[in-house]
Amino acid sequence: MTTLFTSDHEWLRIEGDVATIGITDYAQSQLGDVVFVELPKVGRSLKKAEAAAVVESVKAASDVYAPISGEVIEVNDTLTSEPALVNSDAAGKAWFFKMKIADKSELGGLMDETAYKAHTA
Amino acid sequence: MLARDHNRSLKRTPLHALHTAQGARMVPFAGYEMPVQFAAGVLREHLHTRAAAGLFDVSHMGQIALRPKSGSLESAARALEQLLPQDVVALAPGRQRYAQFTNESGGIRDDLMVANFGDHLFLVVNAACKEADEAHLRERLSDVCVVEPLEGRALLALQGPKAEMVLAKFCADAPDMKFMDAGPRKVAGFDCFVSRSGYTGEDGFEISAPSDDAEQLAKLLLAEHDVMPIGLGARDSLRLEAGLCLHGHDIDGSTTPVEAALEWSIQKSRRAGGARAGGFLGAEIILSQLANGAERRRVGLKSEGRAPVREGAPLFADANSETRIGTVTSGGFGPSLNAPVAMGYQPTALANPGVQVFADVRGQRLPLRVVTTPFVPNTYKR
Repeated sequence: MTTLFTSDHEWLRIEGDVATIGITDYAQSQLGDVVFVELPKVGRSLKKAEAAAVVESVKAASDVYAPISGEVIEVNDTLTSEPALVNSDAAGKAWFFKMKIADKSELGGLMDETAYKAHTA
Repeated sequence: MLARDHNRSLKRTPLHALHTAQGARMVPFAGYEMPVQFAAGVLREHLHTRAAAGLFDVSHMGQIALRPKSGSLESAARALEQLLPQDVVALAPGRQRYAQFTNESGGIRDDLMVANFGDHLFLVVNAACKEADEAHLRERLSDVCVVEPLEGRALLALQGPKAEMVLAKFCADAPDMKFMDAGPRKVAGFDCFVSRSGYTGEDGFEISAPSDDAEQLAKLLLAEHDVMPIGLGARDSLRLEAGLCLHGHDIDGSTTPVEAALEWSIQKSRRAGGARAGGFLGAEIILSQLANGAERRRVGLKSEGRAPVREGAPLFADANSETRIGTVTSGGFGPSLNAPVAMGYQPTALANPGVQVFADVRGQRLPLRVVTTPFVPNTYKR
């Protein structure tokens, strides 16, 4: 299992040909109290960099982009009823959606944890 | 997502060092570096203000003294009445009222507070408009008044149900003040101007203090168990729940006080048939709208779902209509209501409570219901 990161502050956990996607702890701390999450529909085919989900704090709405291309195979409905989970467990229970990876070569452009830490330093 | 650079050209308030020491996240706002939130975050800051007391730095706002050259306050009050549709002449000493500077077309140049301080008028105006307001006052009133921007003063707001109890420790007659009482008071020995007002819907006070004393005063208030520092984020969600307008968003030079549903702030004496009817910029349009109504009106909008509907969202009469009827001017999440709230303009025919309209949010039509404001009842001590 590998965890990768984007410069837009999303994380991807790669297990076989499935990627689980969420936003990083840094991202949630910047957003502040999350009050609403909108998730993509299961079955939706996403292109890399396409707006896939929305996360809203009291003050503002932010897009969550598809870090890679692929089909949405599962979404975390808990976030719809408990958006504050994004603040309390961004890297764990507050995953947003799972994708079937369309093209593994797209993973090559993402950061590992060390590179991401340098990116947010 | 939200990285921001600090801009060295931004102005700082006298509380800047204190904010930084308290872990504020600073952002540019109206030319100032201001705290958008502290460590507690917008949600807790908002709820704390409604439950106990919050301390806000609003020193970026403009404080202006208007002094009559003749020595007679009535001459200054009459002069100021040329620029706004409110009654200033009848404003009693020690009292304050909400007002709007209008333009020739009846629009709102800025909204403000005017207080009668006995020998002069004291004005508090929005930060983004203060230079323009000062120029406007000088251009129009210089024959009669000296326009004196009070640069050397900070402005603090102490808001919430515990505000009275807290301020009473530093200002013995604070509890005797009623909503919109205003005047010079000693607070912790400092020479302040105190008004029982604010912009959160809660009971509370605004305290103008000399810049050199502001940090010490803020520290004394923050040392009280009930008081938490509050940033601009919660200030915005509190005023939105209170149904109060934000200039530049809900009101501006293109919206009249009648369209903005601010008729309550225009006294009879300035309306048709009143002792000093009209005689202010844009009076023809505003008096006509007071008599006949305006075509559009600001309304409160409550969402039936969980998705916040934000500023700029177009409004439609039904779920499929192509014809836009209006626009959301302020919107977000109301922490006390635990639900989204918004305000916007739409045709007066659709402005009655209960009417359903739809907002377009990311390509989806979300149902909204027109409701009376405030969304959260205010708790002013009248």
